Amino acid sequence: MSKKHNKLEAKNLNAYYGDFHALKNINIAMDEKNVTAFIGPSGCGKSTFLRTLNRMNDYIEGFRVEGDILLDGRDIYAKDVRVDELRKEVGMVFQKPNPFPKSIFENVVYGLKIQGIKKKSILEEAAEQSLRQAALWEEVKDKLDKSALALSGGQQQRLCIARALAISPSVLLMDEPASALDPISTAKIEELIYELKNDYTIVIVTHNMQQAGRVSDYTAFFYMGELVEYNKTKSMFTSPKNERTQNYITGRFG
Amino acid sequence: MTNSELNRLKDKAFQVFGIFCTFIGLVVLAIFLIDIVVEGAKRLDWDFLTSLPSRRASKAGIMTAWVGTLWILVLTTLIALPLGVAAGVYLEEYGKKGRWANFLEINIANLAGVPSIIYGLLGLEIFVRQMRLGSSLLAGALTLSLLILPIIIVTTREAIKAVPRSIRDGSYALGASKWQTVWNQVLPASFGSILTGIILALSRAVGETAPLIVIGALAYVPFTPSSPLDEFTVLPIQIFNWTSRPQEAFLTNAAAAIIVLLLLTFLLNGIAVYLRNRQQRKVKW
Repeated sequence: MSKKHNKLEAKNLNAYYGDFHALKNINIAMDEKNVTAFIGPSGCGKSTFLRTLNRMNDYIEGFRVEGDILLDGRDIYAKDVRVDELRKEVGMVFQKPNPFPKSIFENVVYGLKIQGIKKKSILEEAAEQSLRQAALWEEVKDKLDKSALALSGGQQQRLCIARALAISPSVLLMDEPASALDPISTAKIEELIYELKNDYTIVIVTHNMQQAGRVSDYTAFFYMGELVEYNKTKSMFTSPKNERTQNYITGRFG
Repeated sequence: MTNSELNRLKDKAFQVFGIFCTFIGLVVLAIFLIDIVVEGAKRLDWDFLTSLPSRRASKAGIMTAWVGTLWILVLTTLIALPLGVAAGVYLEEYGKKGRWANFLEINIANLAGVPSIIYGLLGLEIFVRQMRLGSSLLAGALTLSLLILPIIIVTTREAIKAVPRSIRDGSYALGASKWQTVWNQVLPASFGSILTGIILALSRAVGETAPLIVIGALAYVPFTPSSPLDEFTVLPIQIFNWTSRPQEAFLTNAAAAIIVLLLLTFLLNGIAVYLRNRQQRKVKW
């Protein structure tokens, strides 16, 4: 395996909701074009950390961060960074599929349209390409003008992935993307993640140990706001170094 | 009698009581409507709708009144809709939550409860005198806009509050700014409910009499207004004027005008109900 460069890096990162210390001194570096899974019990800070990576917590009152998060070596919380520019680089897929109450086509091209791109041919091309990447094109190509809300849950989630890919980010954040889906849809999403890591750096939060084992190259175990252990997924699941990690992944708590 | 029998009896009793309560309202409304229709229907014809006011009851019509009402309706919408929706969006999406926001919120709720005649006095001072608009359509529409602004603001806030967080998150995550998110996602998703609230507020404005009398709207206007700065009258004022005359024939006129006013408000309410139902069918989060 050739040497990959650090895509995302957190240095001495602390985060607070008001007085609550949600993330405690996190240090982690994630390679490009890899899948990193965040695991840990509910409330351990993994989702909070994920959402600091594209600054989705900015709108939450009382939330603040200390320390640095570097994307390609640049601090994303620096004053001169524009949040909308950052989010074009770092896309996000949420736990519950959240298509806009618009047509399938409008959903996919939304990100491009708000950038001011109006030309129909560009939008159509981008829509097809993103839907193909999200393995949804064959299912929806004849009904692009139909409401996205009429799709099944699994299709909706793949539509949300296509929507995120349409603005060509380099990082894709996924917050339990399959937790609201049935096993078949989940398998499709996992296959998709496997495909996408050829082109994207993927960070996925999951409660499902098997899922973390199946899709990720690296796994980070969070507990009570701390990053307890971070290692190659294979090593972590076969020989965890920390006792708490071992207890969690063998299902003794969490 | 066993306990369960007693319970069943109580249940029955409450059901009967509930039906009775419901019907009181309906019966009163029915008596009112029948009375009005019996009295007014015979007077209601094309001439009545297209005639100017007159001292003789048989020649008097409501042309100026309903045209004035339509003018007021349109002008009030044009003024109150953008102001109210913008204020609602600001308070809900932009305004910082805190003591200041609470203060604003309580005061807007209070404003919604201020008697309409007070708005009339305010309109008289500000629009009629200070701004020298006179007793014009514009002054009337501005006054009624003040009256319904709180209602529109509150409905707008409720409507955009009902748009789920996940839709906003989805938009922000794709790099949208706050304004783009509000304009492209939040407002379209909540527009049906906002419109419903606005129409209900307008149907209230259409029936208002007191504030317009206070700002000097006349009962006798011998021409239909042709610009926002013209003097005017509206249906409720015409009705009020006719009912205060001693002659029997004017009471018949009033009843006929009431039918027209009621049809107008029922129409507005009907549109609001239709929009609400359509919205409920369409949106599934």
